[in-house]
Amino acid sequence: MSNYRIQGATGEWEVVIGLEVHAQVTSNAKLFSGAATAFGAEPNAQVSLVDAAMPGMLPVPNRECIRQAVRTGMAIEAQINAWSRFDRKNYFYADLPQGYQISQLYHPLVGEGSLLIEADEKAGIPEDKVIGIERIHVEQDAGKLMHDQHPTMSYVDLNRSGVALMEIVSKPDMRSPAEAGAYLRKLRAILRYVGSCDGNMEEGSMRADVNVSVRKAGEPFGTRTETKNVNSVRFVMQAIEHEAMRQVDVLESGGTVVQETRLFDPGTGTTRTMRSKEDAHDYRYFPDPDLLPLVLEEDFLAECRASLPELPDAKRKRYVEVLGLTPYNARELTAEVETFARFETLLAETAKATGKGEADVATQVANWSLSVAPGVIKALGDEGDPANATASAQASILAMADKAEISGGQAKEIFEIVLKTGRDPAEIAEAEGLKQVSDTGAIEAAVDAIIAANADKVEQYRAGKEALFGFFVGQTMKAMQGKANPQLVNQLLKGKLG
Amino acid sequence: MTDLTSLGVKDIRDGVAKGDFTAREVAESFNAAVAEAASLNAFIVTTPDHALAAADKVDAARAAGETLGKMAGVPIGMKDLFATHGVQTTAASHILEGFTPRYESTVSQKLWDAGAGMLGKLNLDQFAMGSSNETSYFGNVTSPWKKAGSNAAMSPGGSSGGSSAAVAARIAPAATGTDTGGSIRQPAAFTGICGIKPTYGRCSRWGIVAFASSLDQAGPMARSVEDCAIMLGAMAGFDPKDATSLQMDVPDWEAALSSDLRGKKVGIPREYRMEGTDQAILDSWEQGKAWLKDAGAEIVDVSLPHTKYALPAYYIVAPAEASSNLARYDGVRYGLRDLPDGVGLQDMYAATRAAGFGDEVKRRILIGTYVLSAGFYDAYYTQAQKVRALVARDFARAFEECDVILAPTTPTASFPLGSMNEDPLTMYLNDVFAVPASLAGLPAMSVPATINADGLPLGLQLVGRPFDEQGVLNAGLAIQQRAGFTAKPEKWW
Repeated sequence: MSNYRIQGATGEWEVVIGLEVHAQVTSNAKLFSGAATAFGAEPNAQVSLVDAAMPGMLPVPNRECIRQAVRTGMAIEAQINAWSRFDRKNYFYADLPQGYQISQLYHPLVGEGSLLIEADEKAGIPEDKVIGIERIHVEQDAGKLMHDQHPTMSYVDLNRSGVALMEIVSKPDMRSPAEAGAYLRKLRAILRYVGSCDGNMEEGSMRADVNVSVRKAGEPFGTRTETKNVNSVRFVMQAIEHEAMRQVDVLESGGTVVQETRLFDPGTGTTRTMRSKEDAHDYRYFPDPDLLPLVLEEDFLAECRASLPELPDAKRKRYVEVLGLTPYNARELTAEVETFARFETLLAETAKATGKGEADVATQVANWSLSVAPGVIKALGDEGDPANATASAQASILAMADKAEISGGQAKEIFEIVLKTGRDPAEIAEAEGLKQVSDTGAIEAAVDAIIAANADKVEQYRAGKEALFGFFVGQTMKAMQGKANPQLVNQLLKGKLG
Repeated sequence: MTDLTSLGVKDIRDGVAKGDFTAREVAESFNAAVAEAASLNAFIVTTPDHALAAADKVDAARAAGETLGKMAGVPIGMKDLFATHGVQTTAASHILEGFTPRYESTVSQKLWDAGAGMLGKLNLDQFAMGSSNETSYFGNVTSPWKKAGSNAAMSPGGSSGGSSAAVAARIAPAATGTDTGGSIRQPAAFTGICGIKPTYGRCSRWGIVAFASSLDQAGPMARSVEDCAIMLGAMAGFDPKDATSLQMDVPDWEAALSSDLRGKKVGIPREYRMEGTDQAILDSWEQGKAWLKDAGAEIVDVSLPHTKYALPAYYIVAPAEASSNLARYDGVRYGLRDLPDGVGLQDMYAATRAAGFGDEVKRRILIGTYVLSAGFYDAYYTQAQKVRALVARDFARAFEECDVILAPTTPTASFPLGSMNEDPLTMYLNDVFAVPASLAGLPAMSVPATINADGLPLGLQLVGRPFDEQGVLNAGLAIQQRAGFTAKPEKWW
């Protein structure tokens, strides 16, 4: 249970949140036309006759878009509807050439599913929580109006017109901005794992309509408002916070919350009225007569299922149970596609370089990936070129460390040089003398010399002043110019000091 | 030499192939006939150069010994609902006046590929909404037929009225039509020609200005059953650009034509005996039964119990789809834009659509908007869809007892222009026999049967099972052979 509450004058209020996420389907072509979909093209450069709704043009469903939505549904373990249908949502606007959006109201492609958000004490999520997903349907995006090109006229860019979107509708299961944020991040991760959406919120590939209401504990749901098109996780959390406070203020001052559509202003972090229920459109939904019902064959569904990658929850579990990572590391490493991809590549290379099993080196690779390497890269800043940090270079460093040929400090130093120069780590270790001495004879000689030179301290140590052990280590390391294998030094000192 | 304009599709194609005359001679003859017939107002624009260019290509191909297409050397009229590359395409509306597509509809492209040429774009009821060709922004089409003893301008039917008038007047050997609720069959019946609406999905809708997407079907209009079979063969076929297109092979209808109906059962739907039907129409229906019996068929009574609900259901479904299909004509991207000084987007929409659409189109947009609106959707649209399913089931059951259905095409013969405009419902009733087959997506054809006491043609309608255009054409051929319909309008234009 979330313990997030808004403290009002009349007591505590609970916040109820549902999210409708619009995710652009990764596809080279639009939902019902062959036009391209790349971001950032010249205005109206990616518009087919269908997208511009020329007379007599007809939509034909793009199989790849349907496939991606089905795979997404499977990734949230949702019911896939083998029979679904497209409906027209009718309204007039200059960015909507057909005068209707082809969507799915009555029979969506994907039915109920769910998504797990993990406990995160720091973020205010005390325990794991399952968020219900009501449905996923596919629909066309609209074009874009440009109001800043001319003093009195607006221009229309139809590049986005007809681009395929998945609308992923959650149940009103979230109770805090943190849960909403975690839900969005997890959803984004799943979409990116599956490859059905690039999750790029800045480019508008993913945006959320935020439904918020407040209630006193135990009461039925309050009247909700919908804040449209919020385009970052942080903004979604801000919008919820502001909107919930606003509703509490309204209710506590004796007013009622009006069901309406609101806009979020990222500049002020506040929401404002866009249109009220009275101005709401009557969309006159009806089945699109240009399209037959969408019937999915068993073969198609089987292919969709077979093509799913290992998903975040399964991966996280495997990292802990098979690779022996800490739950924290497992979560960090599986949060983003790039992170786990880099980790798994490095893990494989390191296992190969050391000749050990992945589970045997996983913890070292995880620590390296999550803290050591990022630390060095960050400290080096512009002096280093992250492109030099190839998996094979890093695996080579990790393997040297694993064989105790280099120390942890040397590993960092070598990595620094790799980042700056792109040189081979083994060659660097050799050429720069960045190898630790594991030659027992050399260390033993140094230890013997130190013991001989510090007979008094040896006496005191043997008499029980164990804190002096550090002194002997320090002296030995100094004599070895810091290059001695510390484990060997410890081992030899222990033996000789008795 | 034969007057080439008296020839139909088959005779022109065969004559050109044999070298009796050139395709260019044919095109020139028809171009001249079109130019003389301006008073019929059958064409919105004429395209003599298109017809000549296509003819020259055919003549050159023949000279080179190449195989000629199914429609080689046949110049046709193109209903102005089909998008034609580089030629104005208006749907007979002001809102699309001056609109010149940079694309060619699938059906017209197939016809050009088969060797046909275009005489011009044919007038029609605006956006194919109408049954008399009086709703065109470019003026009424006048039928070439006259009522005996009257000089009144008669309706060529609608919406494919330019097509029917042109073919009946011999200024085109054939023309394309589209049929949403009778728009091929009713004008064919009114003008003494043949017209077939194939099974829904046979002809691609890509590039045809949409009226009601779930009903719209293109088809040929010509003066004989054979000509319809030939031309339909050139028009039909699967099109990946139309998601409702039938993924089936197109049979060689022409080759399989046969008027021998032995072993076939012809169903007579008892619910089609409706009040308000002319006695002459009922008589011709009886005559039709006799002809088909003579051709070897057995006549059986069948029942289509939901017939009387078909027309009301049609006038919900078709306007509902139209109200949405016509939303794209908004003045933003093409066509008419009426932007009064200093107004905003909503005002531009209102002004553009008020000026750009005619009354009948507005009426149907209003009806369609109403039946889809919140609170009315279930009572109208959902209910109409149920009726539509029942009408289709009626036919499916009837076709367990018969192979083809015979019925009148229309309840009356043609009427004078302007005589039916008091109450739109009277006009809508004209399609009462045509609409059920449209709702069920079935192939249906009108063939000329006889002339009534006023000297006006009457048609008989044949409705077949899904995909059985052949059965419809064969029964039509049997009637054609026995009716011996040779009447043609006296030239007055």
